[in-house]
Amino acid sequence: MGFKGESNVGMTLLKHPAIKKMVRQRFVYLLLIPGVVWAALFSYAPMVGLYMAFTDYKPALGDFWNSLFNAEFVGFQWFDFFFSGRDFGQVMRNTLASSVLTLTIGFILPILIAIMLNEVRLNWFKRVVQTTSYFPFFISWVVAASIVITLLSAEGPVNQLLMKIGAVEQGVLFLQEGKLFWIIIALSNAWKDMGYNSIMYLAAIAAVPPALFEAAKMDGAGRMRQIWHVLLPMIRPTIIILLILNIGNLMNTGFDQYFLLGNSLNRSYSDVVDTYAFRYGIQNGMFSYAAAVSMFKAIIAFILVVSVNGIAKKMGQTHLF
Amino acid sequence: MENGAARRYKSGAVSEWLRETIVEKMVANIVIYGFLLILFAVTFFPFWHIFVLSLNDASVPTYGQLMLWPSDFSLESYRTVLQDQEILNSIVVTVARTVIGVPLTLACVSMVAYALSKRELVGWRGINLYFVFTMYFSGGLIPTYMVVRSLNLIDSFWVFIFPGIMSVFWMILVRTYMEGLPKEMEEAAEIEGANDIRIFLNVIIPVCTPVLASITLFSAISHWNAWYDSYIYTYKPALKTLSAVLVKILNQFQTNDMLNAAQQLANEQRKMPVSSESIRMTVTMVATLPIIIVYPLLQKYFLKGMLIGAVKS
Repeated sequence: MGFKGESNVGMTLLKHPAIKKMVRQRFVYLLLIPGVVWAALFSYAPMVGLYMAFTDYKPALGDFWNSLFNAEFVGFQWFDFFFSGRDFGQVMRNTLASSVLTLTIGFILPILIAIMLNEVRLNWFKRVVQTTSYFPFFISWVVAASIVITLLSAEGPVNQLLMKIGAVEQGVLFLQEGKLFWIIIALSNAWKDMGYNSIMYLAAIAAVPPALFEAAKMDGAGRMRQIWHVLLPMIRPTIIILLILNIGNLMNTGFDQYFLLGNSLNRSYSDVVDTYAFRYGIQNGMFSYAAAVSMFKAIIAFILVVSVNGIAKKMGQTHLF
Repeated sequence: MENGAARRYKSGAVSEWLRETIVEKMVANIVIYGFLLILFAVTFFPFWHIFVLSLNDASVPTYGQLMLWPSDFSLESYRTVLQDQEILNSIVVTVARTVIGVPLTLACVSMVAYALSKRELVGWRGINLYFVFTMYFSGGLIPTYMVVRSLNLIDSFWVFIFPGIMSVFWMILVRTYMEGLPKEMEEAAEIEGANDIRIFLNVIIPVCTPVLASITLFSAISHWNAWYDSYIYTYKPALKTLSAVLVKILNQFQTNDMLNAAQQLANEQRKMPVSSESIRMTVTMVATLPIIIVYPLLQKYFLKGMLIGAVKS
């Protein structure tokens, strides 16, 4: 069993209160194992793999880890390449512009919807509208893109409508006009999420004590004034938190909708950081470069979210941790 | 209006007050119901349009008419789609990954949730951070791809299961729910000498049905809709999910749409595999149908899940 000294240390260790507690809780640790292994493999291992952004990684047919650490170290070369290249400005512009547009439209609409829904007395109408408006949230972006592409096609319903009211003379090729891409994305995102996102606001509105509305009514306030002076101020905390959280996600545009609705004709407007990294990495095989690009984005996004968290926390509201 | 209705009671002013309030009410109602009707139309019509087109005879060109009803009703597209090998295979793959993946996710998520619901766990803060951090930072696409490859998961069915088996977000939802359970339940079982795993299985899980139902639905939908992992991690046609097949169809359509008319004609004459609009609509419908079917269930459970998440946030 080794010398006396060793076994004494061993015995002392086992008597340590924390260790004893851990032993008692051993089954709980057991329950954690699958989750821990999963995170190690699919979250933390790739983070280590981010090292490839600093090397000139060439995929050997062999093991990733071996060829990774054997690859030539190039420091910030790929980052320089990205920042000084022509693509950087365009890609960042697309990412931020479409994100801000999406955020603006996608932020106002759910609030409006919640307020409107709250004013409805006909319960069946309210339920029908809610049910249908929540639905697009649950379909995949593949289905959503299929729908958008169909609706916006040269002979599709949107063009038919525009032609009927005389706004255009022939079908507008929406998805081939780069300049229209950002608004298409913003509206598609809104279409998909606004119903579902209005739930939060509905809950907040429902939490406002009805007595406040009664009091306002007795002071002669009509509906509009009740909304403006009672409802909105009461849900202000919810609005602010959600606004802040959404801003935190500015860089996280999402990949699916840009990939599926983008094509070579609108690329100069539809290419965002994620699709750019995808193209150069998976499709063109410039692995290190793509890794550097997505690392850049991940870091910015991380800083954004953490600071946003801090701000929300400081405002005395709850935080995500 | 600010002075209150009572003070407006003068002789001719009654009718004026009446007119104002009634007009105001009417205008308000028009605005509100109108807005919501538009909302309804905008979220309902697209699906109805796809549905109608899928039931339309594929050989009859629609020229983009605004159709509220199939002009030439035909189930031919569904027959073609549901007999197509590629589609059928993708349905099998998608169903398989849903049936296998969802229970595994449920298990993993609830296990971690239960463990982390015990704040007295030694090292709780570190373990919690270990999981939560992954929600905010990731290695990104390329390193993840490399890791998946090094694990020999490329072109394997299990790439649909293992990378996505756990979601920290869902874990937090379940954990919040568990934290809301009365402590007496656990304590009673502890007194009777049950160890943590038994408590977990026999006491906690049965009580967590609502939140677990939510997670089941979310996870099932996630698997059913999945296309990205199939797109980048699998090359074998046999391992393509339904949504991945739809992506392929969409790409074909977009490419075809962009070719000029002459080129399109040339393609048709060479009988290149271009999906007709009807087929595309039908596949879209097939991909959407299960979601439509479980939607009533979803409504019942997701509201709870959503609100738990909202409270937590």
